[in-house]
Amino acid sequence: MKISRFLKTIFLLEFVSGLLIATREMFRPKKTINYPYEKGSLSPRFRGEHALRRYPSGEERCIACKLCEAVCPAQAITIESTERDDGSRKTTRYDIDMLKCIYCGLCQESCPVEAIVQGPNFEFSTETREELYYNKEKLMDNGDRWEDVLAKNIRLDKPYR
Amino acid sequence: MEYLNLLVSELYKIAFILIPVLISVTLVVWLDRRIWGAVQKRKGPNVVGPFGLLQTIADALKYVLKEIIIPASSNKIIFVLAPVVTMTLALVAWAVIPFDNELVLADINVGILYLFAVSSLGVYGIIMGGWASNSKYPFLGAIRSAAQMVSYEVSIGIIIINVLLCVGSLNLIDIVNAQQSLWFVVPLFPMFVVFFISALAETNRPPFDLPEAEAELVSGYQTEYSGMMYAMFWLGEYANILLMCAMGAILFLGGWLPPFDIFPFNTIPGPLWMILKILFLFFLFALVKAIVPRYRYDQLMRLGWKILLPFSLFYVVLTASYLFYFDKLPVRAF
Repeated sequence: MKISRFLKTIFLLEFVSGLLIATREMFRPKKTINYPYEKGSLSPRFRGEHALRRYPSGEERCIACKLCEAVCPAQAITIESTERDDGSRKTTRYDIDMLKCIYCGLCQESCPVEAIVQGPNFEFSTETREELYYNKEKLMDNGDRWEDVLAKNIRLDKPYR
Repeated sequence: MEYLNLLVSELYKIAFILIPVLISVTLVVWLDRRIWGAVQKRKGPNVVGPFGLLQTIADALKYVLKEIIIPASSNKIIFVLAPVVTMTLALVAWAVIPFDNELVLADINVGILYLFAVSSLGVYGIIMGGWASNSKYPFLGAIRSAAQMVSYEVSIGIIIINVLLCVGSLNLIDIVNAQQSLWFVVPLFPMFVVFFISALAETNRPPFDLPEAEAELVSGYQTEYSGMMYAMFWLGEYANILLMCAMGAILFLGGWLPPFDIFPFNTIPGPLWMILKILFLFFLFALVKAIVPRYRYDQLMRLGWKILLPFSLFYVVLTASYLFYFDKLPVRAF
């Protein structure tokens, strides 16, 4: 036993087999994806960038019930509301501080009208902090841009909610 | 006027060797990262330029734009000088590396001694950097690196003696030409392995990257460096690695000589063979980085002083006895 170990050591057998394994593994398929050009698949439940959705008629969904504001553990949401001429309650201000947000998804779960949702977008880095203080305009804009995916994800995830 | 002519004629030669060396250093950094990534089944840098070839140049440009921070408590002159020393010494040694029978900047008769001397001086850049930083981690890294490089320098010296015994000349061109019939890697194979291990230690590559062991020493002697000064350490390190590969190619793999002096091989020009051999050795360097864990410090010292040094000394005696007994000594002094 000792002699075979000694021979292994002086002939660097384990080192050489390591080199051979490394050379072999070099030509195996890669386990990683080519990120900016290829992207991994995302679950419909993925909690990415927030968006405020609209009804198909174009009316905004949010009724300013402030449940999301209340439930938000990071207190990242600020809402101000007013009564509109037709008697409905709508938000005048809907801010999310994306730097405070912990992406827990409680706002989406608490929302009775599926207005605030977290979409599949995770590539919203910015160069300044200020750009990450999202306001209502930005959130509505996100909702318009991602509506197709958001609607599909909500439909797919419906049976589990 | 005469001086000026000499200066100009030498300068263009120097540019002719330095610019390719610097370019190949950047390419080699890319190659290192690609090989490392491939072994770990990653892709490695592949976005900047074709196959990501320009990644290193982009990194270097980024370093140029970064702020250079000189710590208030550092010895400022030495602190600034250290990366310059590292970089200069790594490049200066290329003067004697022959790429073909004629293709060499300085064909001096003590080429191998010059090479050995310059590569030994390389440790000064690291010691200066570590000491002048006046901070504990760089200092510890510098101490480690000094001990490590000095230890392995000794065994490299003795390995070189083996080769010199077979050649009978210190001139690098003579050393390569002595391998016409048989590369020294065949009769001196154990010495080639020991040389390879010592070269890893000499250039602070894994598994001997203790001077910059990030888990223990942040990044060793480079901790306080930033911007272009860090980049100079980094490029100098890779230039040193390439130099060690070139040294291995000249001493053991027959420099620019083709492996067999028959048709398809001897049509390929000599410098290309030299480059191929350097790349082969560098490939091994990169593979080793990917597969081995770091040595502990006492293991490193034990390997150097108690195994590699006695073994190479023993091999010197063996080579000398063989050459003497069979009357094959190239030069007889008596």
